[in-house]
Amino acid sequence: MSEAAPGRGGWGDAPGRRVRVVLAERRRTRRVHRTRSDVEEQTHVGEVLVRQLVREQLTLALRLGLLTVAVLFAIPATFALVPALRTMDVYGLRLPWLVLGIGVYPFLLAIAWIFNRGAEHNEQEFSEMVES
Amino acid sequence: MQPNLFSLFAIVVVAVLTIVIGTYGARLARSTSDFIVASRSVGPRWNAAAISGEYLSAASFLGVAGLVLKDGADALWYPVGFTAGFVALLLFVAAPLRRSGAYTLPDFAEARLGSAVLRRVATVFVVLIGWLYLVPQLQGAGLTLSTVTGYPLWVGAAVVAGVVMLNVITGGMRSITFVQAFQYWLKLTALAVPVFVLLIHQAGQDAASRQSLGADAPPFFVADTTVDVETDVTLQVSTPMVLGATGGVDGVVADGPVYWAPGTHEVTEGTRLDFPGGAAVPVVSGSPVDNESWLQPLSSGVFPLFETYSLVLALLLGTMGLPHVLVRFYTNPDGRAARTTTFVVIALLALFYLFPVVSGLFARLAVPTLLVTGTSDAAVLLLPGAALQGWPAQALGALVAAGAFAAFLLTASGLVISVAGVLATDLLPARVRDYRVAAVAGGAVPLAFVLAASPLDLAASVALAFAVAASSFCPLLLLGIWWRGLTDAGAVAGMVVGGGLALLAVVPAAFGRLPPAAEALFGQPAALTVPVAFLTMVVVSLRTQDRVPDDVARIMLRLHAPDRLGLTEDRDTTRFGIVSAATPRVRSGRHRR
Repeated sequence: MSEAAPGRGGWGDAPGRRVRVVLAERRRTRRVHRTRSDVEEQTHVGEVLVRQLVREQLTLALRLGLLTVAVLFAIPATFALVPALRTMDVYGLRLPWLVLGIGVYPFLLAIAWIFNRGAEHNEQEFSEMVES
Repeated sequence: MQPNLFSLFAIVVVAVLTIVIGTYGARLARSTSDFIVASRSVGPRWNAAAISGEYLSAASFLGVAGLVLKDGADALWYPVGFTAGFVALLLFVAAPLRRSGAYTLPDFAEARLGSAVLRRVATVFVVLIGWLYLVPQLQGAGLTLSTVTGYPLWVGAAVVAGVVMLNVITGGMRSITFVQAFQYWLKLTALAVPVFVLLIHQAGQDAASRQSLGADAPPFFVADTTVDVETDVTLQVSTPMVLGATGGVDGVVADGPVYWAPGTHEVTEGTRLDFPGGAAVPVVSGSPVDNESWLQPLSSGVFPLFETYSLVLALLLGTMGLPHVLVRFYTNPDGRAARTTTFVVIALLALFYLFPVVSGLFARLAVPTLLVTGTSDAAVLLLPGAALQGWPAQALGALVAAGAFAAFLLTASGLVISVAGVLATDLLPARVRDYRVAAVAGGAVPLAFVLAASPLDLAASVALAFAVAASSFCPLLLLGIWWRGLTDAGAVAGMVVGGGLALLAVVPAAFGRLPPAAEALFGQPAALTVPVAFLTMVVVSLRTQDRVPDDVARIMLRLHAPDRLGLTEDRDTTRFGIVSAATPRVRSGRHRR
């Protein structure tokens, strides 16, 4: 950290900056301890924060989970209701084979990718709230 | 059948390597803390390959292709479900479970709800699911060895059970991430190389000599073919034919030409059938008869739609309850890494499952005799020999056999370790000698089951284990992680009712010989038992709200707080709250030794 390092032999710039950084760090450290212990010791504030995080994560998981189940479960139903699709040819391959043999997997990967990003975003926000 | 020496050699090499690495690796990684230390240097990619390596069992390696050969489009749901199970695991379980620090499912159950009874119940289910899952591994081993050498089925099952028990007793295979990761790539190669060779071979042939899967007819024998039926089968015949038969056909002893009218025909064990070239291939009952319906979904089984839904539900929710998969998640350094790892696992599985499906398609052309014998699980093993000639056929056959054996040994080892571990620590007094007894029990019980039960299709048989896991551990994990109101009484009731019902359905199905309608329900019970399990767990918990643990808020924090806040601890087998209050050393973030 170049700002924190005192200029060697120079008076002009070093003192002011150094003081500011130290103060800022001290203040943040103290507050981190307080909010973190809020969370850890299950005070009312901490409890509310954790409940909110759990709710956010669950909402995200449920949304994507329901989407996955809806898409997967719609496939047999569609084939049952629209028999023409069972024999449809797409570029020489049968549609059911294309959908179930290949098409489903990129969909599952996309769900996983979106979830990982969302879950990490939620955790990031929680950490920032606790540490700020 | 002529013994294939290449393949036998490959199998022996894999078995010996497994024992050697197991014994050597036991010295490298002795304790749980070594396991944890090792995990720090293992990235998500290696971890994911290791998880996939252990997960891809006989059902995936042999069973999927076999079912595709037999049932066509409907069988595609198996690989989809096997993969989607990890999506459910990722969304609801992966990171919180890793943060809980629990090493096994009973650990988690006890840590979350602090009940010894619940721990005992969870332990029993780990053992039962492990045994159910071991049965198809041993069946697959028997099938592989008998396909390669002609030995009876029980020989291979006994060999694998023996190697695995020896391995577990000497303490190997536990935490060797790199070996397991390598096994994933071995299995992938063993399936992918034959597929690519066959694709090139097929492209080089002229169109006239090719059979087409698109033809609106049953598959047919290209040349005069002799089939030895090794277990009793009921065959469906769609076009009338005359064939030679020696043995029991339709309840009478036949020796000479037989006329088969369209309909079903019973063939007893030990019968030899001689089909003339060009004859339509009869198909085991319950499977689509002609290629056209084979190509279409919803064409096999009694209630295809119900069976499909029930299967997908079982596979989707059962994966998170598999004991041997869960242990591997512990190798992830934190919850975030657990998520990344699961994502990579999904990608690796998606890549892998392309190949058994294509193998099944080729097998429909090259080895239709398997449709008659009912041993369609051997499709992958016989494919190279049937479609190619000379040394390439032998070499590819050996590669596939080696991959198959790697699959059985690795998955079976993981399962026996999980079963023996909980048997030794929870159900028997924990001493070294007891661990040996537990390891033998872990392998011997499923072996006895294999010898007694009538063989089901491998993938279908594995699905039964998934159904039990989905009806017992899935509600425990989902409600335990996300619902503060869960109580120990609710968890015990839900697991016993849901898992018990699933077991009651599954065991008769595994012994076979049920009427078709009952088989549909008993073979795929998840659509009923999973909701029952959830409902019981919720209702009983709501009735016993005074039993909600006092420290539930603290536990929720542990499960869900981001890793960077440093609130997660390793190997926290006692209750989270009590441990952190009693031993300040643990609070500082170091794991217990």
